[in-house]
Amino acid sequence: MIRFDEVQKRYPGGHEALKGVTFAIDKGELVFLTGHSGAGKSTLLKLIALIERVSHGQVVVDGENLTRMRRARVPYLRRRLGIIFQDHHLLYDRTVFDNVALPLVISGVPHVEVGRRVRAALDKVGLLGKERLYPITLSGGEQQRVGIARAVVHKPVLLIADEPTGNLDPDLAREIMQLFLLFNQVGVTVLIATHALDLVRALGERVLHLEHGRLDELRVGGR
Amino acid sequence: MSRSTRHPVPPRRPATAKRLRRLGAWPDPRVYLLRHAEVLLSSLGRLWRNPVASLMTVAVIGIALALPTGLHLLLENARLLSGGWDGSTQVSLFLRREVPEAESQRLARALGERPEIAESTLIPRAEALEEFRALSGFGGALDALEENPLPDVIVVRPAPGHAAPEEVEALVTELRVTPGVEHARLDMQWVKRLYALMEIVRRGVEVVAVLLGLAVLLVVGNTIRLDIQNRRREIEVAKLIGATDAFIRRPFLYSGAWYGLFGGVAAWLLVSMALWATGGPVQQLALLYQSQFRLVAADAPTVLALLVGGALLGLLGSWLAVGRHLRAIEPS
Repeated sequence: MIRFDEVQKRYPGGHEALKGVTFAIDKGELVFLTGHSGAGKSTLLKLIALIERVSHGQVVVDGENLTRMRRARVPYLRRRLGIIFQDHHLLYDRTVFDNVALPLVISGVPHVEVGRRVRAALDKVGLLGKERLYPITLSGGEQQRVGIARAVVHKPVLLIADEPTGNLDPDLAREIMQLFLLFNQVGVTVLIATHALDLVRALGERVLHLEHGRLDELRVGGR
Repeated sequence: MSRSTRHPVPPRRPATAKRLRRLGAWPDPRVYLLRHAEVLLSSLGRLWRNPVASLMTVAVIGIALALPTGLHLLLENARLLSGGWDGSTQVSLFLRREVPEAESQRLARALGERPEIAESTLIPRAEALEEFRALSGFGGALDALEENPLPDVIVVRPAPGHAAPEEVEALVTELRVTPGVEHARLDMQWVKRLYALMEIVRRGVEVVAVLLGLAVLLVVGNTIRLDIQNRRREIEVAKLIGATDAFIRRPFLYSGAWYGLFGGVAAWLLVSMALWATGGPVQQLALLYQSQFRLVAADAPTVLALLVGGALLGLLGSWLAVGRHLRAIEPS
C-alpha cells in the first residue's frame, strides 16, 4: 500500500527532514509512526498525501508512483486517502453534517447517498445526534471524531492520521485509537503518527520510529 | 465447452469510462449538472448574505456599464433623428433643353415608380422661370432674354430605406447617365458631415465601452480576490480532501457572473431613469420644432446584450482572479 525507497526531503532553506527513509506497509496493516517533535513524522505523512514532494527517492501509494504524479492527478489520489489532523481542519461556518459530507460532495456522490453515508460515518464515531450542530459547540474529542468521520465517509483505502490524540486526555485518546482499530479490522490500511508511546505499546501493533529524519528502529510488536 | 462460459481470465480492467468514473474523474453527468445548479444558487445565496458589500460592487459595475449604454442610446436617438432629416435629401435632375415637356413628364413618372425613389416631381421650365422671376428680383433682366434659359427640372426624393449616403450617391451616379439628363446635382455635403461626426462619436463610445469593460473586469477581479482570501481556509481543506481546481474555482466563477449580471440590471435601471428624467424636456424641445420626436428607450436586444455582456465580463473577471490566486493556496 505504501512504499518508501531511500526517500530524502530537504525543505527550502536547507533543513533536511528525512534522510534516506525506506519502508513498506502492506494492505490492511495498522502501523504507528513514532518519534520526537521535529523527527520528521509530519513530513513523512505529507509526502504520502502529496502535500509535499520528495527531494530524492521514490514514494509509491496504492500502486501509484507519487514522484512523477502530475498536479492535476493529485486530487484523485487524495480521494483514496482519509487524512486526520491534530487540529481537525474543520470548517467552522458549516454544520457537522456539511463538514462530513464534503468529501462526498467533492467526488460527486448523488444526494440521497450523501445523507445515508454521512449518517453512517457519524454513527461509527458516535456523533449521530449532533449532525445539525456547528463544530465550535463541540468538545475537543468530539471535534476530532467529526474529523475522523470526514476522513472515512468516502471509504478510503488508506487512513493517515497526524497526532490524532495530541490534545486529548488519555481516556479520549484510547477511545480514538479504538476507532482506528475498528476501521483497520474492516480492511482499511492505517498509519498513525503519534508520540503517545504508552498507548502504542499497549496496543502492540507494528511501530516505525523516526529519529532526526532517519528510520532508526523497526519494532514489530507481538500480536 | 465454449470459452466464454469458462471465464478463464477475468477482464484485467473495466471499460475506460467506468474506470474513470470509479476514480471520480468522470462523475455521472446528471449529478454534475445538479452540482452546477447547486453552486449557482449557493453562490447567489452568498452574495445575498453580504448585502452591503455585494450592493457596492454591483453599483460600481452598474455605473461603469451604464455610461457606455447611455451613450449608445444617445447615439441611437441621434441616428433616428437624422434619419428623419434624410427625407429632405433631394436630387435635382436638370434635363437637356431639347427634351420636350411631354418626354420630361414621362421620365418623371417612370422615376417615381422605382422602389428606391419616394417621390419624383417635375418642375416645368415655364414654371421655374416664373418662380425665379418672383423670387430672384431679376425679372427685368429675364425679360431682356429672348427665350427661357432654364431647363425642365425633376426633383427626386430617395425612399426612406435607401437614404444612406452611399446609396444616394449610387442613385445619383446612375441618374446622371439617364438619357435626357444633362446634369444631376446632389447637395448632401452636410449629411456626409453629420454621418462622419456621428461615426467619430460612435468610435468614442466604443473606446469608452472598452475602457469601462476593463474597469468591470478589475472590479470583479478584485472582489473575487478578496473573497478567495476570506475563504482561504476552506479552500485549503477542500484541496486536502481531494477537490479538483475546477471544483474550487466553480463558486467563484458563478459569483463573478452574478456580480456582472446584477451590474447589468443596475445599468439598465440607471439608463432608464436617465431617459425618464430627460424625456420631458426633449419632447418639449421637439414640439418647439413641430417634431413628433421622442427619446427611444433601450430595445430588447440592447438590454439582452447588456445583461449577457455584464455576466460574461463578471465571469471573465473572476476567471482572471481565480487563475492568479487559487494556485497560490496549497495546504501545508
